[in-house]
Amino acid sequence: MTGAPAAALRRCTGLVVPPVLFGIVVLALWQGLVRLLDVKSWVLAAPTDIWHEVTAHPSQIAEAAGNSGLNALIGLVIGCVVGVLLAALCSRVTVLGHAITPLVAALAAIPIVCLAPVLMHLYGLTSAVPRRGVVAIAAFVPMFINTLRGLGEISTVHQELMSSLAASRTAVLRLIRLPGSLPHLCTGLRVAASLAVISAVVSEYFGGLQNGLGFRISDQAHATNYPGAWAAVLGAVVLGLLFFLAALLVERLVLGRRSVSVSRQ
Amino acid sequence: MTTTETSTQTSTPAVAVSGVTMTFPTRRGEVHALAEVDLVVGAGEFVSLIGPSGCGKSTLLRIIADLQRPTRGSVEVNGKTARRARLDQDYGFAFQQAGLLDWRTVRANVELPLQLHGVPRSERRSRAMELLELVGLADFADQRPPQLSGGMQQRVAIARALAESPTLLLMDEPFGALDEMTRERMQAELVRIAGETGAAVVFVTHSIPEAVFLSDRVVVMSPRPGRITQIVEVPLGDRTEDTRESPEFFAAITEVREALRGRAGAGKHAANAQGAL
Repeated sequence: MTGAPAAALRRCTGLVVPPVLFGIVVLALWQGLVRLLDVKSWVLAAPTDIWHEVTAHPSQIAEAAGNSGLNALIGLVIGCVVGVLLAALCSRVTVLGHAITPLVAALAAIPIVCLAPVLMHLYGLTSAVPRRGVVAIAAFVPMFINTLRGLGEISTVHQELMSSLAASRTAVLRLIRLPGSLPHLCTGLRVAASLAVISAVVSEYFGGLQNGLGFRISDQAHATNYPGAWAAVLGAVVLGLLFFLAALLVERLVLGRRSVSVSRQ
Repeated sequence: MTTTETSTQTSTPAVAVSGVTMTFPTRRGEVHALAEVDLVVGAGEFVSLIGPSGCGKSTLLRIIADLQRPTRGSVEVNGKTARRARLDQDYGFAFQQAGLLDWRTVRANVELPLQLHGVPRSERRSRAMELLELVGLADFADQRPPQLSGGMQQRVAIARALAESPTLLLMDEPFGALDEMTRERMQAELVRIAGETGAAVVFVTHSIPEAVFLSDRVVVMSPRPGRITQIVEVPLGDRTEDTRESPEFFAAITEVREALRGRAGAGKHAANAQGAL
């Protein structure tokens, strides 16, 4: 336990300890204020009450999180695949890029969740398709924009190199543009992953299937069980974190081998 | 200085540039990058292009490589049009920056041209190792470019340019960003590599000693409009580290320097050079 591992451990501790401590302090203040000032639960529920709800219905919350998570995941995958493919196509066929890019920028300007009620009436109230559709559209936008930006960034020397090698445009796309755009792709994925969970949960507020976290939050709130609503919110927070961490993990796997620092040599 | 006797009579020249003019339209009218340039580079010959910034030496190199089209005039590489030669991969090009792909290993970078032209994997691999051996980087085959020094990266780029055994190597100030010591070592390496591969080289540089050390002939250019003012023969024989300290080396440096200043019978030499081509 000397040298690099010890240093890594110290760095890890440095990253973990401060936020955990701060979180504990905030929770303690929250709990103390709610109890001391006798704040009503419909204004702000105490952390212990929320935790009580979590431990009382762990399987229901987990099941709801699983349903919302599945919607988010399926939508995310579809959105990302379509986003990357379309961006690659737009980069390869310039005319198409000029036609599509402004439209996607416009799409990015409208709150995607607004589409939830419309899609729901299109596909029916008993289908998960509208929610996954909303997630897919929400995830598609950052993925498309970031990928296109990444694909557009090609250094002059690489361009001339490929030209001197008589490479086709498709070869340039495959060998230079796509691998070169991976950092941008990862940024897009991180944004898309967070958006996916938000969209999946929020789109449940507009009705439809009653099996997700969003439904549980609004349902518990309607039933004036505010700690129960907060418990479901906690589930959404955890779900969002999971997605974010998964995106980070993908980024590490994809880019990890590149970012070997020069100083270590 | 006598007229330049190149191997043009015996075999097809590696490069034959005739009457090449290049003008760029700008807001303040046309800029003449090159005016009526004629140049013949024999097979296996090492020729440097030297001149102040804006004399069009890089432009001339890029026209030979078919990376730019001349406004007028013609370029032949190995007796073919420049475009045909580019598509047939008759030349390898080494740029000012190494331009390696950071996400590929050193070996995969050298393999890039072979991969593009459908060479099978195992063949690619052995050829890349052979080339890395040639540039003295076999031990670094599995490293990634960011782990290498600037000089090593440039050597990888040269290995990549040699991947398909081109008969012509075009180099655009490949050592420009290197420190003096590394630079001299790289020059010695390049002389050796050019000798071993038998490739003709057209080498663009700002450095007079570099041009003299490397070349059979140094082509001196002047700007506005870019044109060849003189061609200096460098009859130094086999290059060794002692070459750099020989009187002939310094004499050739002086000759190129004076040609660059446009002094000491430059007019006569220019006439000779024109006559030779």
